[in-house]
Amino acid sequence: MVAALNAALRASLDRDSKVLLMGEDIAILGGVFRVTDGLVKDYGEQRVVDTPLAESTIIGAAVGLAMRGYRPVCEIQFDGFVFPAFDQIVTQVAKLRVRTDGQVAMPIVIRLPFGGGIGAVEHHSESPEAYFVHTPGLRVMAPATPADAFVMLQQAIASDDPVIFLEPKRRYWDRGEVDLAVDIAHATPMGRARVTRSGSDVTIACYGPMLRTCLEAADVAAGEGRSLEVIDLRSLSPIDFPTLVASVERTSRLVVVHEAQGMASVGAEIAAVVAERCFWSMEAPVIRVAGFHTPYPPNRLEQHYLPDVERILDAVDRSLAY
Amino acid sequence: MMAAEVDDYRDMLRIRLIEEELLKCVQDGRVIGSAHLCIGQEAIPVGACRALKSDDPVVATYRGHGWALAKGVPPVQFIGEVMGRDSTLNGGRGGSAYLSSPDHAFMGENSIVGGGLPMTLGLAMAHQRRATGLIPAVSIGDGAMNQGNVHESLNMGSVLGIPFIVIVENNGYAEMTPSTDLTATPAAVRAAAYAIEAIEVDGNSASAVAEATRRARELAISTQRPVMVEAHTRRLGGHYSGDAQAYRPKGELEEWGRLDPLTRARSLLDPTVAEATYQQVVAEVADAFARAAQLPAPLEEEAMKHVYAN
Repeated sequence: MVAALNAALRASLDRDSKVLLMGEDIAILGGVFRVTDGLVKDYGEQRVVDTPLAESTIIGAAVGLAMRGYRPVCEIQFDGFVFPAFDQIVTQVAKLRVRTDGQVAMPIVIRLPFGGGIGAVEHHSESPEAYFVHTPGLRVMAPATPADAFVMLQQAIASDDPVIFLEPKRRYWDRGEVDLAVDIAHATPMGRARVTRSGSDVTIACYGPMLRTCLEAADVAAGEGRSLEVIDLRSLSPIDFPTLVASVERTSRLVVVHEAQGMASVGAEIAAVVAERCFWSMEAPVIRVAGFHTPYPPNRLEQHYLPDVERILDAVDRSLAY
Repeated sequence: MMAAEVDDYRDMLRIRLIEEELLKCVQDGRVIGSAHLCIGQEAIPVGACRALKSDDPVVATYRGHGWALAKGVPPVQFIGEVMGRDSTLNGGRGGSAYLSSPDHAFMGENSIVGGGLPMTLGLAMAHQRRATGLIPAVSIGDGAMNQGNVHESLNMGSVLGIPFIVIVENNGYAEMTPSTDLTATPAAVRAAAYAIEAIEVDGNSASAVAEATRRARELAISTQRPVMVEAHTRRLGGHYSGDAQAYRPKGELEEWGRLDPLTRARSLLDPTVAEATYQQVVAEVADAFARAAQLPAPLEEEAMKHVYAN
C-alpha cells in the first residue's frame, strides 16, 4: 500500500504543477512510513517541503497556498499529531468556502496514518475520524486496499474540497494488485461505498483497517453456513447511505465495525440513519463493534481493544438471534 | 506633502465615522450581534496600506474593519456585509468579524486570535513560488503574541525563508486585560528569537506607520524572511461593542484620548481644508449607510450553499 500511495503522489505531482507536499520528515527522509520516498529528488524542495514540527502551521500555511490556487497535500506523521492542527482544520480549512460565499476554495488533502495494531503508543494508534466527520465542509476518506489507496488519493488531491485522508497504517505493508493505468475519472467515484463481498444473512459495514478483519470473519462465518455481505464504506463524509440501505433492505440486519471508540462515532451515525430509513425491513437492531470508551490502550492490551474476528462473529450471532 | 496628509485624514475619518455609526447600528439592531471596533487605531491600517502595493494580500483580525476599508473595499458593500446583508463581499456570511474581499487583496478577518498568521505564511509561500514580487501582510494584536500559531509561523517563515510582514498592533489591552499582565516580553523583543528584523513605530501616526511599513517591505525582500512591525497605539473603545470597560483605570480614556490619531491628523491640516474634508466624508458615509440598508437580506434557502464545492 505504501508504494501505491507513493505512486498516487507521483501521478498527482505530474498531473498538476500546483500540487505540493508538506510535512515533517517527508523530504530528505521520505516520511516515517516511506510514503514520500524519493519524491524530493524528483520534484525538488519547492514541491516537497520539510517543515518544522508544527502541525497547526503546516495546515495553516496550506490554507494560504490554497487561496492562491495551490493544492497542498499535508502529511501529519501520526493520527494523534493532528490535534495540534485541529484548530486550523475546523476553524479555517472547513469553513473558508462558506465564509467567503464561495470565493475561496480549499483543495487541501490532509494525509493521516490512523489506527492501531502496530504496538505503538497512544498518539500513534488513534482513530480520530469522528471529529472530522462531524465537521461540515470536510470530506473524509479511508481506503482499505492498495488499489483504492492509489485511486482515492488521486481523487482527493483533484477534489476542490478539503479531504481528511485516513491511511490504515497497519495495512501499509499489505500487498495487492494496483492498476497504474486506471483513469481516476472513471474509477469508483469519491463518496461511494463498495460491496466487497456479497451475502444474504447480515450486512457488515466497515472501513480502513477493519475491511481485512471483516473479510476474514466472513470466511469463518461461511464455514458455519452464514452468508455475510461486507461493505467497504471508503468514504466517511459523505457516507454512502443508498448503498448501505439497499443492502440492509435485503439482509434485514446490520453490524458496523470500526476501531474508533463507539461513543458518538461513525457507527453511531450509521445506526441512527439506517434505523430511520430501514425501520420496516429490519429484523434486529444495528449492532456496533468498536473500540472501548477509553484512551487508546498500552500495547500489551491493544489486541483486546481492537475489534477482531471473534467480536465480529459474536455481533453477527447477536444480530441473528433476533 | 499636503495632499498626503489630507488623504490620511480623510481615510482615517472614513473608518472612524463608519465605525461610530456601526456602533449605533449594534445598539439599535441594524447590525445583529456585536462588532470589534478599531477606534483609536486607524492610523495603522491607513499608514500601512499606503506603503503596501495594492495587490499585496492583507489578512486581519476581527478588529479588521479599518484594514478592509484601507484596502479599498467599497463602503456600501462593507457596511452591508457587517449588517449581514447580501453584499457582494460575502453575502452576509462574513459579517463584522470574518469579512473578506479577495478582489481587493483583502484575504479576510479572523476570530481566532493569531489564526491569520499561518495562512499569511502560506500566501507568502505562494507568491514566492510564483515570483510575483508581492509581500503579504498580516495584522495581529499584542494578545496574539502569546498564541502558538504566531510562534510556529514566525519560526517556519524564518527557517524556510519566506518574506511577509507581521504588524503587531499593540493597543494596550489583550481583550479585557492589560497586555503587560499577560505578556512576558514585548513583541519586538521576541523577533530576535526568530532571527527576523523588527521595527517599532508610533502607531498613531499614519505617516510614521507608512514609513515603517515601507522599510519592513524592503527588509522582507532583502532578508527573504518575515519582518515584524510593532505599532504602539491605544484602543479608545471596548474590546467589543458591548464592553462596559469597567476594567479601565479612572481617567485612562481621557488621557489616551489626547493621543487620538484623528485629532493629530486634523491638526496638521489647514482648518478650512480640514472642515471641508470632514463635511465631505460625513456626507459620503451617510450616503453609504443609506444605500447599504437597501441591500437585500440573504435568502434562507441559500443557507446550505458553499459548504462543499458541488
